[in-house]
Amino acid sequence: MNKKAIAPILLATGLSLVAAGCGNSNSNGNASPSSSPADSPSASASSSASAAPSDKKVTINMMHLWPEGSSAQQNKIVNQIIKEYQNEHPNVTIKQEVLENEQYKSKMKVLSASNKLPDVGMTWAAGYLQPFVEGNLFAPLDDLLQGELKDKFVSGTTEAYAVDGKTYALPLEFNITPVYYNKKIFEKYNLQVPTTYAQFQDVVKTLAKNGVAPIALGNKDRWTGSLWYMYLADRIAGSQTLSDAINGKASFKDAGLVQAAKEVQTLVDENAFNKGFNGLSNDEGKSEFMNGKAAMYMMGTWELPNFTTNQDVPQDFRDSVGFFKFPTVDGGKGNIDSWVGGPGVGLFVAENSPVKEEAKSFVEYFVKRWGEQSVTDAGVIPATKVDTASVQLPQLYIDLLNEMNKATNITLFADVQMKASAAEIHLNQIQALFGKAVTPEQFAEEHDKAIKAGQ
Amino acid sequence: MSNKWAIALYVLPALLLVLGLIYIPIVMTGYYGLTEWNGIGAQKWIGFANYSTLLQDGIFWKSALHSLLLAVFSCVSLLLYLIVALILSGQIKGANVLRKIYLIPMLLSSVAIAQLWLKIFHPTNGVLNSVLVSLGIDNPPAWLADTSLVLYAIFIPILWQYAGFYILIYYAALKNIPSSLVEAARIDGASAWQIAFRIKLPLIMEVIKVTIVLAFVGSLKYFDLIYVMTDGGPNNSSEVIASYMYHQAFKSFDFGYGSAVGFFLLVVCLVATWLIRRATASKDSIQYS
Repeated sequence: MNKKAIAPILLATGLSLVAAGCGNSNSNGNASPSSSPADSPSASASSSASAAPSDKKVTINMMHLWPEGSSAQQNKIVNQIIKEYQNEHPNVTIKQEVLENEQYKSKMKVLSASNKLPDVGMTWAAGYLQPFVEGNLFAPLDDLLQGELKDKFVSGTTEAYAVDGKTYALPLEFNITPVYYNKKIFEKYNLQVPTTYAQFQDVVKTLAKNGVAPIALGNKDRWTGSLWYMYLADRIAGSQTLSDAINGKASFKDAGLVQAAKEVQTLVDENAFNKGFNGLSNDEGKSEFMNGKAAMYMMGTWELPNFTTNQDVPQDFRDSVGFFKFPTVDGGKGNIDSWVGGPGVGLFVAENSPVKEEAKSFVEYFVKRWGEQSVTDAGVIPATKVDTASVQLPQLYIDLLNEMNKATNITLFADVQMKASAAEIHLNQIQALFGKAVTPEQFAEEHDKAIKAGQ
Repeated sequence: MSNKWAIALYVLPALLLVLGLIYIPIVMTGYYGLTEWNGIGAQKWIGFANYSTLLQDGIFWKSALHSLLLAVFSCVSLLLYLIVALILSGQIKGANVLRKIYLIPMLLSSVAIAQLWLKIFHPTNGVLNSVLVSLGIDNPPAWLADTSLVLYAIFIPILWQYAGFYILIYYAALKNIPSSLVEAARIDGASAWQIAFRIKLPLIMEVIKVTIVLAFVGSLKYFDLIYVMTDGGPNNSSEVIASYMYHQAFKSFDFGYGSAVGFFLLVVCLVATWLIRRATASKDSIQYS
């Protein structure tokens, strides 16, 4: 008798589980712009509550991607800022959820599909941000830019998080991409830091002739090679032409851009890059530079700790690293103070957060405090301006921060600017270009097609 | 066990798991394959448009060819494993130790194997190229960067990874043959070759068929080492169907198209299984006694 009673219950619960599963997946599918969270009751409740924010107990959920293990210093600063904020606002509790980069990206996908994003979280710029904005998941933060944070950001950084004139996240990191070089190797072969592309070519040829890999590159990751193409394109065709082409306002068949692609292949022919670069990851490529086997390495300023403060890297090597700006090309339209770079992660506030106003003021506080601490404590260059005169930093940092303030233009990394599908084609084409599997003309053709398809 | 409710009670948990984790997702993948969806926004029903794109997609066919090549290589290498198993199951010294050695790669995780072989194939510091240079070859190939070599280079660890598994299966099957049969043949004057080909192989034919299906279908849907070692590159020259599916869905955020590729892969695997079963079907199965 008992058995008979249990089974239907089990069956019923089982079926309801299945039904619940289906129900969830249905709502996944319906997470469309039409079910706009802005007019949901919870959102309106929060805006009315915001009138008297200081006396109500609120919990802000925050998700970030700096675990204690792999990003110890960032993690420490985050905890410190949260503690300070909670002390100043005793009614606010901030709950953290910390995930590692790739897991973070997956979780963002899942949470946004069910419209359950944390109140505050991290996002990347442009192409990554776009679908979230289209899905009405992020709240515009323009009012914050008019307040305490006005004019605090390096120009060109918040724009990367803007869609249709509204800014949806505030950047925490900012990076430009110099060419690092090994002073000892340069000395050994009596080489000077190149300021024109012709001199750069001479450096490459001399090094290659002497059996030293001129440039360390791990192009399995593809965005690494993209940096080289972008600089050549910037210097030959000019920043404007490059941006227009990436935004679909101009063609990649522009003579200058095609010329840039040709120059990439010329470098490959001159054995400018370490052997097997298309099969090596960025980390493997980097290790060629860190081992002193390759003389130059182009990478974002996020690598600076490795060349300055990181105790795990031999002092001897750290002392021998210098940097130079990508040289100008004779007859090219580019300027030597134009950089490829861009902001890293930024903070967003969820559109349907029940504590939107509190979350916003936390973001404002966080960005400000982060800007004051990140570079000195973690070696992370913030997107807010740093006063180089008042901070204690290794010379390499000071020099690069000064370069940033001098920059005439910053072109955002192409794969970040483009939509995901176009970015994927761009990256594949980069690898093909370096591997000489496509001609510069085909390379241009494929880019135009991909960018057109994405519009 | 005649009580229907009791049967349901025992079957239900597993059934629900299988339904929830396998069959329902398959049906949903089939549905997603008919939509245009970036994973976040609304799904747009586009019918079979993804599939017609698929049929004209050069890179998809390239990766399909690579998957097929891997499947063929896997099946051909089964022959080698069979020979090894035959030798091991004979009365040779140290068979037990050798068997265990062959099985070791199977116990390693795919990522560990990938890291190991990345080091072996490293263009300048790798074991393989160091050996080649010391043998006097000046400019050994950069295995994983050379578009014409990378696919075959990566097949080696894939085949190596599963060698132990198949050898073990064959070994167990061969050990299962009653020794009386082999002895009887030997008394009748059969040579070692005859015992192998006339007695042993026919008796384990069913097992061989199963391994062919396993190897073929397993290769068609193969993903892990390729993902870790080359990520399908350079220039898609080591792309297989599963890695292409992953790239479309999780890199290009084209979940609709990715689902279509995945569903297509499922259909190909089912058809391949059915074809192999048909091609190797025999009317009379051989019994031991």
